[in-house]
Amino acid sequence: MMDRNQQAFIEEARDLLSGLEDSLLEIEHDPLNSELVGKIFRAMHTIKGASSMFGFDAIASFTHDIETAFDAVREGVVAVTPQLVSMTLASRDHISALLSSAESEVEPDLELTSAGDELLKRFRELVPQTPPGKTDTGSPHDVKQMMPETNQRAALYRIHFKPPENILLRGLDPMNLIQELAAMGEERHVVHSEETSPDESRADLCHSVYDVLLSTSHPLESLQDVFIFVEEDSELRIEKLADASACDKDVWQRLIEAMQASKGVPTSVLISMIKEAHQIHQRVRNESSTYGGAGGQHPDLKSAQSIKVPSERLDKLVNLVGELVTVQARLTQAAVNLSDPSLTQIAEEVEALISELRDNAMSIRMVPIGTTFGRFKRLVRDLSAELGKEIQLVTEGEDTELDKTVIERLGDPLVHMIRNSIDHGIELPAQREQVGKARAGTIRLSASHSGTSVKISISDDGAGFDTEAIRLKAVMQGMIDPDATPTEQELLSIVFAPGFSTAKEVTSVSGRGVGMDVVHRSIEELGGQIEVSNSPGKGATITLKLPLTLAIIEGLLVKVGSELFVLPLASIKECVELPALEQRRGKGGQLINVRGEIIPYVRLRDFFGITGETSTYEYVVITEIDGRRCGFAVDAVLGEHQIVIKSLGLMYKDVEGISGATVLGDGTVALIIDIPPLIAVAVRERERLVRFETIAGDDSRNKRN
Amino acid sequence: MNETITETTQYLTFKLEDEVYATDIAQVREVLEYSRVTKVPRTPDYMRGVINLRGRVVPVLDLKLRFGMNRTEQTVNTCVIIVEVNMEGETMVIGALADSVQEVIEMDPSVIEPAPKIGTKLNTDFIRGMGKRDEQFIIILDIDKVFSADNLGAVKATMAEPVLE
Repeated sequence: MMDRNQQAFIEEARDLLSGLEDSLLEIEHDPLNSELVGKIFRAMHTIKGASSMFGFDAIASFTHDIETAFDAVREGVVAVTPQLVSMTLASRDHISALLSSAESEVEPDLELTSAGDELLKRFRELVPQTPPGKTDTGSPHDVKQMMPETNQRAALYRIHFKPPENILLRGLDPMNLIQELAAMGEERHVVHSEETSPDESRADLCHSVYDVLLSTSHPLESLQDVFIFVEEDSELRIEKLADASACDKDVWQRLIEAMQASKGVPTSVLISMIKEAHQIHQRVRNESSTYGGAGGQHPDLKSAQSIKVPSERLDKLVNLVGELVTVQARLTQAAVNLSDPSLTQIAEEVEALISELRDNAMSIRMVPIGTTFGRFKRLVRDLSAELGKEIQLVTEGEDTELDKTVIERLGDPLVHMIRNSIDHGIELPAQREQVGKARAGTIRLSASHSGTSVKISISDDGAGFDTEAIRLKAVMQGMIDPDATPTEQELLSIVFAPGFSTAKEVTSVSGRGVGMDVVHRSIEELGGQIEVSNSPGKGATITLKLPLTLAIIEGLLVKVGSELFVLPLASIKECVELPALEQRRGKGGQLINVRGEIIPYVRLRDFFGITGETSTYEYVVITEIDGRRCGFAVDAVLGEHQIVIKSLGLMYKDVEGISGATVLGDGTVALIIDIPPLIAVAVRERERLVRFETIAGDDSRNKRN
Repeated sequence: MNETITETTQYLTFKLEDEVYATDIAQVREVLEYSRVTKVPRTPDYMRGVINLRGRVVPVLDLKLRFGMNRTEQTVNTCVIIVEVNMEGETMVIGALADSVQEVIEMDPSVIEPAPKIGTKLNTDFIRGMGKRDEQFIIILDIDKVFSADNLGAVKATMAEPVLE
C-alpha cells in the first residue's frame, strides 16, 4: 500500500500538473513571458524533487530532462516554440500517466515507457547541446539522431550478437568484444552455437551466437561503438530491458537461465520477467511495511482519486436530496391511496433508489474528525507550557467520519473540554509525583462509531471531579437543597448547568467547570448527549454522543389535536398508554408510573396550548437524555419516519423547544421537537407548582431501580 | 420612510379589509391560494405559522394582525403573497396573508407622496409612500420593515418565561 506521504505527493503533483497545463497554454500566446517560463521550470523542478524524494524514480528521471530543457529556455538558449509547448504538454500527460501507474502500483508498461523515451528523444533533438555545467556526468557524447537511448542512468541491456562467420579470419575474436562490453559494467553472457552439420564445421569459422546481459551507465551508442568494425555484416541487436535498479542478483540469474534454456528467447519475455520479479518484490516490501491489514487490496481500488469541491455545492446536493426524499414520500403516499399495483411498484423502486442516493450524498459530506484533532495538539502544547504542566495528547480514531456540519460545530466545545482538562484536571508535575503518578499527564481524545452515532471521549488521568466540592457550590448557589442527596451523576451534570460556572470565586474550590455550559449547549444543539464518568484521584472521562448527520434523522411522528409533531427517535425509549386516572388529573403534577419508575412528563397539549379535537386515549412517549427520563403526552403515536430537517428560518430562530420542521408525504408540515430545551422551559414554568427537586428526586429514585 | 421614490415601478396591489395596499413587484415571488398553515406553538398571533412551499418551509404572517386589525379569516379570496425580504443581510422568503389580491399596476413617482406622519392606523415606518389611483389611496408598504426582525422581537419575549429568582 502506498503511504500517506506518497498519496499526498500524487495529489500535489496533480495540482502542479494542472497549473503547468495552464501555464503552457498561456505561454503559447506569450512566448517571451519569462515569468511563465520560470513558473513551468519551477513546476517541473518541484515534481522532480518531490518524486525522487518519495521514491518515484521513473517520474523523477523523466521530468529531469524536461526541466533541463526549460532551464535552457530560461537561459535563452532555446526559444519557446509551439512545438516545444506541445511536446511539453505531451510530457505533462506522460507524467500524469506515470503518476496513475504509480498510484495503482503497477510498473509503467512498455508502451508507456517507450512513449516516454520517444518524448525524451524529441526533447534532446530540440535542445541538442546540453548547456555546459548542466550535465550530471561529465562524459561528452555526440547525439546520434537515430539512437533512442542516451540516458545517463544505469540500465540493463540485452545484446544479441551473431558475428560474421569469417570474423576469426579477419583477426578479430568475438570474445574480445564481449570483454570490452564487460569493462563497461556488470556483464553476463550465454554462448549458443549455430546448428551446423559436422562436416561443414570448420575451426576457422565462427558459428557462435552471443547473448549478453549488460548493466551499464554508458549510453547506448557507446555499446554500439564496440561493434563498429563488425557492424556491417554481423547480426546485432542492442535492447534496453529495464533500469538497472529494477534487477537484483536473483533476477539476473533467472534471466540467464531463460537465455540458456532457449537461444532465441524474445526480449519481451525477459522484460516481463523483470517486471514480474519487481512486482513480487514490491508486494513483499509493502506487506511487511503495512502489517498485513490492507494486503489484499486490489490496486484498482486505490486509483480512486479525490477531487476538491466547494462545500456549498455539497450542501446544495444534500438539500436537493432532502427535497427528493420529501417528494418520494408523497409519491409513496399517492401510490398507497390509488392502490394501483404498477404505480406502487414504481414508488417502491424510487424509494429504494432515493434511499441509496441519500446515503451516498450524505457520505460525501462525511469528513474524518482527525482534521479537528490536529489543532488540539498545538493547544495542549501551548497551554500546558503556560501552566507549567507536562501533558501529552493522545488521539485515537482520527479516521472516524462525521458530517462536516457537525464537525464544524464541534470544534469549540472540544476546545473548552480540553482546556478544562488541562487547567483543572491534570495536576502539576510535583503533585503528580506525590501521589505516585507519572510526571506527565495524558489527555486522550478518541472518536469511534457506535450505531448511527459517533462517540467522542476526552479522558484525562488527572484529579477527577471533586463531587463534594461541586455539591457545596451548588448548595451555595441555591441550585440544590442542602438536605438533598443527589447522586454522583446528578452532581456531575450540575457542572454543565448554566450559571454554575459563572461564579468565578468558587471555581478554585470546585476544581472544574469553566465554560462547561457552553459545551452542554453546543452538544445539545447538535442533538448530542454528554456522559461523564469520574474516578476521583484517577481522572475523568467525558463522552459525547453525536448524531452522524444533522440533515436527516429518524423521527417518531405524533399527533396532538390536529397538529403533528416529530420526536427524534434517537432519544426515545418507549411509548406507554397514559392511564385514564392520570389523564383526568390534567395540568396537575404530571408523573407517570412505568413499571415502578416514576417519570415526569409534559403534556404537549397543555404546553403548546393546543385546543380542539381531544382523544379518548393519550399516550406518553418516554425519552431519555443524559440519563434523565422524561415523557411527552400526546394524543396518538403515528409511527417512525425518515425526517428531512428544514430550518424554520430567522423568524422563528428564538423559538425554544422546536428545532425545525419537516414536510410529510401528504405535504403537511410537522414541527420537530427539540427535547432538552422543551424540558427546560417546561421545568421553568412548572417551578411555581412543582419544585425542581421533585424531578431530581424522582430521577434519583429511577436510577436506583 | 424618508427615501423618495424616483423611478416608475410596478406594484402589486392587495386589500386588507377595505384599504388597498401595494408592494414593489420586485419583491414578490408568487401568490398562492390560502392553504393549511401549521401554527408554531407559543409564538405571537400574527405569526400564523408555516406552510410547505414545494418542499420548503416558509413562515406566514397575518398582515392585518401585524397592523392591529382583526385576524384574517379564510375566504375564497384569501391569498398568501410570497415575498422576498431582506432580513439581517439574508434574503428570506416569507408569506403574507391578504384578504384579496388586486392587480399589478405601474405608478409614476409623481403620484406618490411621502408617508403622512399622522392619519393612518399604521406604524409609519412600514409605509414607503402613498400612491393615488382613480381617487383611491394606495398605501405602499416597505415590506422589509414590516418583517424586520427588530419588530418581530416579541417572539422571544413570549417564549422566555421569567425564571424564578
